[in-house]
Parts: sequence; C-alpha cells; structure tokens
Amino acid sequence: MIKWLLAWRYFFKRPISILAITAVTLCVFIVLVVMTVMNGLVRDFKQKNHDYAGDCIIEADSLVGFGYYEDFIDLLLKQSYIEAVSPVAKGVGLLSGPGGVRNIGIEIHGINPILHSQTTNFGQTLHYQKQTVSDVFRPQYAPGRNGCVVGIDLMGFRKPSDGSYYHPDNPIPLELVVNAFPLNIKGGLQRSLDLVSTKSFYYSDDSHSGLVRVDGAVVYVPLEQGQILCGMDVPIKRISSIHIKFKKGVSGRASVGQVRQLWADYAAQNADKPGGDLFANVHVQSWQENRRSVIAPMEKEQTMMTMLFLMLGVITVFIVFVVLYMIISHKSKDIGILKSIGVSISDIIWMFLLFSVFIALIGALLGSAAGWGFLYKVNDIEDWLYEHYEWQLWNRSVYAIGEIPNKVEMDVLAVIIGSTILACMIGATVPSLQAARKKPVQSLQVNQL
Amino acid sequence: METMIKAQNIKKSYKMGKTRLDVLRGVNLTIEKGRFVAVVGASGSGKSTLLHILGALDRPNSGSVFYQKQDLAGLRWGKLNHFRNKEVGFVFQFYHLLDELTVLENVMAPAMASTSSLGWFSLRSKTRKKAHQLLDRFGLKERLCHKPYELSGGERQRVAIARALINEPPLLLADEPTGNLDSRTGHGILEALKELHGEGQTIIMVTHDERIASQASRVIRLIDGKVQE
Repeated sequence: MIKWLLAWRYFFKRPISILAITAVTLCVFIVLVVMTVMNGLVRDFKQKNHDYAGDCIIEADSLVGFGYYEDFIDLLLKQSYIEAVSPVAKGVGLLSGPGGVRNIGIEIHGINPILHSQTTNFGQTLHYQKQTVSDVFRPQYAPGRNGCVVGIDLMGFRKPSDGSYYHPDNPIPLELVVNAFPLNIKGGLQRSLDLVSTKSFYYSDDSHSGLVRVDGAVVYVPLEQGQILCGMDVPIKRISSIHIKFKKGVSGRASVGQVRQLWADYAAQNADKPGGDLFANVHVQSWQENRRSVIAPMEKEQTMMTMLFLMLGVITVFIVFVVLYMIISHKSKDIGILKSIGVSISDIIWMFLLFSVFIALIGALLGSAAGWGFLYKVNDIEDWLYEHYEWQLWNRSVYAIGEIPNKVEMDVLAVIIGSTILACMIGATVPSLQAARKKPVQSLQVNQL
Repeated sequence: METMIKAQNIKKSYKMGKTRLDVLRGVNLTIEKGRFVAVVGASGSGKSTLLHILGALDRPNSGSVFYQKQDLAGLRWGKLNHFRNKEVGFVFQFYHLLDELTVLENVMAPAMASTSSLGWFSLRSKTRKKAHQLLDRFGLKERLCHKPYELSGGERQRVAIARALINEPPLLLADEPTGNLDSRTGHGILEALKELHGEGQTIIMVTHDERIASQASRVIRLIDGKVQE
C-alpha cells in the first residue's frame, strides 16, 4: 500500500515532476499532431489513388495498348464479383489554347463517362456536371460540339496567392486543340494520317482528383475520340486499360487473382489473332500495385517520420530516466527509511515505476488534449496565419490537399498513450533497480553527511 | 531469562581508501527479553554499526546474530523484510521521517509496508486507531496532519518512536535517540523509553552520554571494537 501512497505524494510534491510531465506532454503533443497529419495525408492520398484507379486495372505497358477487349469486358461483366468495368484509351499529346499558344504536354484519356464513373470516382471529381455525368462531353454553352474534361490544374483555376481553386459560375467557352501522336499496332507512328492527329474540343468541365500528376496532365475525351486520336481505332480497336470495380464485400485480393486467371485464359485463347502479341505487355494489377510508384514514396516518408518519432520516444525515456535518477539521488534517505521499516525491494521498484506511470499518464493526457485541441483548430489557425501573415504551412499549389488532415484516430492515440507509459516505465526501470539495490545503512548515512 | 538477541564474534570493517578500518573486532553479546540495554562508547567506536547489525540493516563481515535462536544471516529477502517490519522497531538520531507523509501516515507506514493494497482497506481503520492511540500517548494528537518539517526535534523523535511501535515489535533499537535534542527534550524521550521498558518492551539504545546510559537497566561499553561490561 505504501508504494501507492508515496508514488502519489512524490508525484505531487516534487517540482521536478512538473518538468517531466511537461517533457512528456510536449512529446505526446508533437507525436500526435505529426502522426495524425501524416497518417491523414497518406490515407487521403491512398484513397484518392484508389478512387482514381478503381479496384483492379488491366493495363498495357506500352502506348500501343491491346485489342479484342470488348469480348473480354463482356466476360468480366458476367462475373458475380464484378460491379462495373471501364475501358480507357490512353495516349500522349499536346494541348493548346486559342490561337495555338501555350502547348502543354498532356495525357489523353478516352473514356465512357458513365462506365468510368461507375468504376472510379471520376463523376465526383467534376465541378459542373457531377449530377449529369452522361452529358459531361457536351459543353453547356455548345451542346452540339465535342466536349472534353480537363484536369483542373491545366485550366489555371488557382489563386496564385494561396493555391486554392476558384470556378466561374458557368464553364467558360473555350476551344482547346489536342494534338496526338497516333501509333499503329506495331508501335510506330501511323503514316496514313499526317503523323500528328489533331482535334478540337470544347472545355465542358474540369476534373479535380486531388492527384497532382493527374490533375496537371490528363484531358478526358470520349472513348471513340480518344481511340481515333491515339490511332487505336484501326485496324483492330484497341484500348490501353480496363478499370474494374468489385462488388462490395468481396475480397479484393481474391478477386484480382480471379481476374488475373480470366485474363491469362483469354489472352492464351486469342494470342494467335492479329495483334495478339500485344497481350504479352498486359498486366492485371490491384489498385495498390498499379499506383505503387506514387504511393511508395509517401509511405517511405511516413516510415521515416515514424522512425524520427521513435527517436523522440528515446528522448522521452532519457528525460524520465534523468528525472527519476535525480529524484532517487535526493530520496536516498527515504529508501533507507523504507528498507528499515521492512518495505520490500519489489515495492520500492514498483513505487518508482508507479511514479513514472503517473508522469506518463498525466503527460499523455495533457499532450493528447493539447494535440486534439490544436488539430481541431489547425485549419482555422492556418487560415488565420495566412490572412494575417500570408504564411501557409502547406501551399495548396504544391500539396494536393484541400485542408490539413486533422481527424485523430483512436487506435493511433491508444498506441501513443501506451507507448508513452511503456517509455516512461523503461526510463524508470534502471533508477528504480538502483534504488532498490541501495543498502539501507548507506542510504541513511549518506543523508546525514 | 529468555534470550532475545545474541551476537557471536561479530566483526565489521570498512575500507577507507587503501586502509581498512576495523570497527567491530569480535563482539559477543546476549540480551534478554524485557531488558533496557544501553550501548555506550566514544564517537566512532562502532555503536551504531553494532545496532544496525543487530537490526539486520547491515551485515557483519563475520560472526552471527541470533534473534530468538534464528540466525539472521540465513534470512532471505522476504523474511528479512518481515524481521525489519515486525520484529524490530528503529529509532534514529536524525528521526528519519518521510517528509511527504503526514505525522499520522508516518506512524502508519510500517503497517502499510506489510499490507497489500487490497488488504489495507480491511486493516486501515484498526491501524489508524492504533496510530492515534500512540500519538495521543506521546502528546501528538494535535499534530496528526502536520508534516515532519513542521514539528520540533522532540516531536519528530516521538513520532519516530510511535512509528517504531506501530507493529508492536518485540525489540526496539534506538540509535542516539536524544543525540540531536536539547537536554530537556532528550529527557522527555528517555522518560518515554523508560515507560515503554516498564511495560515490558525490550530496548537496545546506543548513546555516547554516560548519564543517559545510566538510566538503562544494563550498560554495555564498546571499547576498541569489543564489548566491556
């Protein structure tokens, strides 16, 4: 019983406890804020990639693409675990504005907007035609003309000051010229045309996926137009990828495996047809595998941050170690007294461990509360800083985020609090053992000097 | 009379740099139950060392201490703690009270030390009552909630005696209990010890003051690390 009482009294009566609590509070505060923001950024980034790609992608390595896709799509749609499928014709080209000025390198994505919205989050990325996706390629100001959807960063709808987006009330009438390089089935430039395939589109909407590389490079056009531009309409109709959405509740991993098997069988059956050799360049991937090259760096960054905060944990351990070491040095007499009245070694160890747990708990609770409060207001704080000092933590023109992620995850919080308690107990272990090993006579005599 | 504690050929030395200081050079001692024994000796004669060895706060280099025929050297950690907690009560020259605890808590500390957190709830009221009685007896009932640093030297020493008695140990060991007090206050402490002895308490008191030692029923002199009576 005495260990509880003394641990509690040491905790309240020693001013040095306040220093230890402050150190723990600051560590927990920093870890909680950075982990929440980092986890939020990574989670959002992954979600945006998932939304962009769908659940599974069958994609050709080369820009030539692959043919005979219609039969395979029919086959896919017969599968019970598949909800929607969207073929996409991709190519590269140049986009120029009125008068041919401002040639920008782009990716052309030929899509069926309805199928693509069913398979991916495409419909939700639109600004004007979220509710009328089927008409997305019909400009509101000129419904009879070919429309296109442009990645939002290609339109320059950003405020140069803080990088946030703005939109006119209605789509601005704008003719955009797309120059593409149509490839033949062998991968060479098609010579039947003028080497370059040129087509005018009218801006009908923009797409904001939140992925910088997509929003700054992709121009969506109707699938058939995309195939023509990219030379995929002759002699065999080709596409670059098929995006698939699985039904809710099915295992993504198992379903990807099933699609992979279906594709392998289909490719084997059609390998002898003209252009069948293109199947060799086609891969079936989950969205994670397909977007690996963009997600991995962010995950690495997250891992690096975690490692840095492990170091912060080590510092916490050291602070608690120093604090307890100092307390034990000053409480040498008490240890001697406790031993003289028969307090056991284990109780003395537990007394200092409990003391460290009190520090950890109070520090963790204060740090969590401060972190939660800061995160709750972080976007307001950032807005205020920008308004008064024109200082922005994350420039919206550099980082593809609408606002700073600030949702505290309970499991992360529990891990932080648990780790804090553990770290403090580790820091207290050596001084506690040292205290318990002190000879009572030495402890009592030292104090008399 | 029944033997309470017996020391056989106790030797104890300390290393002071490169030299060895022999403090106890073969102490033989038998103390019977119910006696009030004063151990007298010059400063540095090893009185406190002997008391610490008798109370199992220190170990001799050689020799044995038998408490009621049990060799203290053979006690493991648990039994050693039990011995310090239940069989002996210590009163130190410098009181050695815990500053973080109140007077009442200091007195109850040995009882708390031998009780688990759960067990304490059943024993708490009984122990508190006993602590109240002891503090009342030593004239400290108005000081229950005070901290040790708020008390005078004599009051602190009386708290220390009450603490030593809370578990009703058969043996009370007092190391210069009046050494840090003025003569009047020291006299009061001595009277309290004599009163306890009158009730049958076995007491071993270390002192350098012959006048205080003369109040005991038996005086043992420690000269050159050996006992002379």
